[in-house]
Amino acid sequence: MLNEVIRNIIRFILLVGVQVLIINNIELGRFINPFLYVLFIIILPFETPKWVVLLSSFLIGITMDMFSDTGGMHAAACVFMGYLRPGILKLFSPREGYEFGTQPTVQYLGVPWFLSYAGILVFGHHLVLFFIEIFRFSEFFSTFFRVIVSSIFTLLLIIVTQYLFYRKKQD
Amino acid sequence: MRNLVLFIWKHYYFFLFLLLEGFCIYLVVQNSYYQKASFVNSSNNLSANILQTSTNVEQYFYLKNENENLAKENADLRSHILSSFDITINRDYTAHDTNYHQKYTYTSAKVVNISTHRRNNYLTLNKGTKQGIQNNMAVITSTGVVGQVKDVSENFCTVMSLLHSKTTINSKIKKDGSYGPLTWDGTDFQYATLSDIPTHVRLVKGDTIVTSAYSLTFPENILVGTVESFERQSGKVFYTIKVKLSTDFKKLTYVYIVKNIHKDEQEQLETRSEKDKDVKD
Repeated sequence: MLNEVIRNIIRFILLVGVQVLIINNIELGRFINPFLYVLFIIILPFETPKWVVLLSSFLIGITMDMFSDTGGMHAAACVFMGYLRPGILKLFSPREGYEFGTQPTVQYLGVPWFLSYAGILVFGHHLVLFFIEIFRFSEFFSTFFRVIVSSIFTLLLIIVTQYLFYRKKQD
Repeated sequence: MRNLVLFIWKHYYFFLFLLLEGFCIYLVVQNSYYQKASFVNSSNNLSANILQTSTNVEQYFYLKNENENLAKENADLRSHILSSFDITINRDYTAHDTNYHQKYTYTSAKVVNISTHRRNNYLTLNKGTKQGIQNNMAVITSTGVVGQVKDVSENFCTVMSLLHSKTTINSKIKKDGSYGPLTWDGTDFQYATLSDIPTHVRLVKGDTIVTSAYSLTFPENILVGTVESFERQSGKVFYTIKVKLSTDFKKLTYVYIVKNIHKDEQEQLETRSEKDKDVKD
């Protein structure tokens, strides 16, 4: 349990670091801003209490805000995402429920399951983030396009990260 | 009351969400209304330090470019020095060169007295009429504009600093050339105000502001500063821009006094046309 907490804290720091120091400095064109750091919220363990999910989403969001001068936008998007998470997990749960001690990752539940689960969360996050950022609906379609393209890139990065860093535990 | 507490307890998740989301939205709105007033920004110790370290590392990647630029600039400056020597010593050379004629001459001077904290600030420089300094010459430094000569004695001159209520410098946004008057509002020696920039100009924080060509005293394209923030007052079609001055008035030691050789000619011509117009009307 404690082990898991420490692992998540390290993951928090690593993901924020990668996002702020590397990904934010890469320019992939006007429409594409991937946000890898949301991976932290996506792969919190299944048995994390709901309020911990919300609070840690808020924390990682506000940390991002401090680094990118966005004053609450990331936090709002992350809290929204954290709020969605339990519902989505319930929606996609296998009939016999999730195995204890597993994490919502590609390695445990397969690519199709993970893509639909993470896809919805990432899309929700980007939607809130980009619309709060422009704060009007007059540029609806260009913003929507940004949301979709950025979501795809974020998902790609997330899947690549999963394959690079997470091994299924041998049992 | 008991029921209400029970209700909230039962749906605590939703209320916690509302609370946090509400707080975030509050931060967003506050941040967009009062620039930089919010406490969630990158100027706090931790993130500022990390970001600065990151930029420091990043800058190493640009060192090669930077060196090339400096080398180019050095070469450019060197050629300028040589050519101006030629012009003063060998008159024939200037007479036969029809491609260029010199418009500005520079005299270096040392700042012997300066103030920055008053509403109207002045500098004193160690060059005067003996060195050919006249009234209304421009004063610049390697990092930007400084002011305008106001009074000259035999060996000294006083300069009306940019930090003066009566100084107005005609400046323009470098990237698209729209110009307006730059004034100092008397609060902070690091910032000045540029007004009358039309709202169709796409401003970004950090845009360069330089002196415009429509000035009798200042040469064109002398750095003034960068855009710090800008706002459009309701009902007006112009931006008012807060400019971070590139000159550090606290650190001035050596400056250049700039003489516009064609100033008198231009002025005479302009007053003559004004008079002609008056006669016709």
